[in-house]
Amino acid sequence: MSANVAPYRNFEALRAGLIRRKMMDKVFVIIGLIVMLACLAILAILFIDLVRDGAPRFSWDFFTNFASRNAARAGILAAWVGTTLVMTVTAVCAVPVGVAAAIYLEEYAPKNWFTAVIEINVTNLAGVPSIVYGLLALGLFVYQFDLGQSIAAAGLTLALLILPIVIVATREAIRSVPNAIREAAYGLGATRWEVTKDHVLPYSTGGVLTGMILGLSRAIGETAPIITIGALSFIAFLPESPFKGEFPFISFAWLNDPFTVMPIQMFNWVSRPDQAFQSNAAAAGAILLGMTLLMNGMAIWIRYRFRKKINW
Amino acid sequence: MNQSISRPGLSQNALRYRKVRDRIVEVFLLAAGLVAVFTTLAIVAILLYESSAFFEHVPLKDFLTDTMWTPLFADAHYGILPLVAGTLTTTIVALLVAVPLGTTIAIYLSEFAPHKVRETVKPILELLGAVPTVVYGYFALTMVTPFLQIFMPDLPGFNMLSAGLVIGLMIVPYVSSVSEDAMRAVPRYMREGSYAMGATRLQTALRVVVPGAFSGLAAAFILGISRAVGETMVVAIAAGMQPNLTFDPREPAATITAYIVQVSLGDLPHGSIGYQSIFAAGLVLMLITLIFNVIGFSLTRRFREAY
Repeated sequence: MSANVAPYRNFEALRAGLIRRKMMDKVFVIIGLIVMLACLAILAILFIDLVRDGAPRFSWDFFTNFASRNAARAGILAAWVGTTLVMTVTAVCAVPVGVAAAIYLEEYAPKNWFTAVIEINVTNLAGVPSIVYGLLALGLFVYQFDLGQSIAAAGLTLALLILPIVIVATREAIRSVPNAIREAAYGLGATRWEVTKDHVLPYSTGGVLTGMILGLSRAIGETAPIITIGALSFIAFLPESPFKGEFPFISFAWLNDPFTVMPIQMFNWVSRPDQAFQSNAAAAGAILLGMTLLMNGMAIWIRYRFRKKINW
Repeated sequence: MNQSISRPGLSQNALRYRKVRDRIVEVFLLAAGLVAVFTTLAIVAILLYESSAFFEHVPLKDFLTDTMWTPLFADAHYGILPLVAGTLTTTIVALLVAVPLGTTIAIYLSEFAPHKVRETVKPILELLGAVPTVVYGYFALTMVTPFLQIFMPDLPGFNMLSAGLVIGLMIVPYVSSVSEDAMRAVPRYMREGSYAMGATRLQTALRVVVPGAFSGLAAAFILGISRAVGETMVVAIAAGMQPNLTFDPREPAATITAYIVQVSLGDLPHGSIGYQSIFAAGLVLMLITLIFNVIGFSLTRRFREAY
């Protein structure tokens, strides 16, 4: 707009342009809303569809029956027991190691190339495709360590897979603890470990819990790495019970047992052409999805609660 | 230790004990940190070790130029190209979905949405990324494919199109979440400068915020690509497991990941060529991921805006 043009001649054009631009703004808001709602709607459709397809199979028997060639009699007993045991191994391995690594990186690590290497590794591991963890486990755990296609091998694999998630969440929680608290403790003569154990960690509980739940919710739905280590999909027995009638009352023999897990059971049913098995797959999927959503919801709730409760 | 702190005058022994204990704890913590390093090393070592056995049987030239991948047949061919083509095709379809949708959502949430909407929608969107992939596979096979067949009656039951579309949907939350963080990091004064010049919100978003956040957006897209390349269950369920050298998403084809699943489902003896071939395939998968990450890294570096 050059200076010698009288303003009143442009007024109409200017206003038309303004109206048009404001219009575009509104159009974009509508597009944005539609796209966002569409994504949320798809999530809802997914869930409703699974529940609807699987509805005829929801019954007590579905939880207490083994897999079977007869679709109507097949159940997920071996799968949910397997999932529970594998998740136990994963949590027991991943949480302590992940929290310890996070503490090291936040509270102890000096700023040098060595620390940088660890940090880059954690970031990169988060981006490694899950099936590659399966290959690692197949070569390392199954054959080199001779763990076989066991619950221990699967639990360790998933533990490595979720380690970056636990580390990142814990680090974030530790970082949000104000330095004044550390300095006060140091000022009273506490050592670094005492500061960490008595002050930093208790304040980070929320973040650690969130990381653990998010990690496990990722692990519970992972199929590819477990298929790669060669988990069987047709299992008609349970692993040995961890609880014994006589001393020492607890047994770890189940760690070496073959197993199946929920997502594998679902995959097995999905890949059958027989329509009857599809509703089994849907029912298993609905339960799996329900568990994942529940865990994620829990993580969000914990994060919210702790954020609200703590006032530095 | 709380009691000992409140007690005045600690003995020399107690002090030494605390020092030693701190040292031991530190070593343990460091060891935990090193698990990440060892995992990376172990992945590289295992892939290279098993692949080297594979490449003793298969000349590298055949691996890269042969157009057939049939390691388990009597007439064995070891050309990785069909698997790479399948992987790239599903990835491209996925990106065509995820990049526009993810960016639109990110712009909307970062620049337009009221605070309350953003705080509610973000966690729900993240749930979309938390759905087990095997469930997405079921979704692709039993809902998306039949739906597409209404418009494309010739579409086969297994096809890369529906797998790619569903993967795209799956990675929307990753793309939108990282892009939104990048856009929110653009300082407010840049927006205000733009508003002061008479620009509307949309103009500011598209011409100031998006260019300003470009390096972050590139990182988001690369993250999406890595997810799509490595996605396994959706393609294994919905795209078929037949290696097929084509870039036509309407056809069935196996990806690298689907091949690994297919072999693992059978009971291949440890040390056979089929067993080694999945490690070679895994190595290629890692290389593709690496290439995209290097591209992303250089893009990020080149377009980094310093505020």
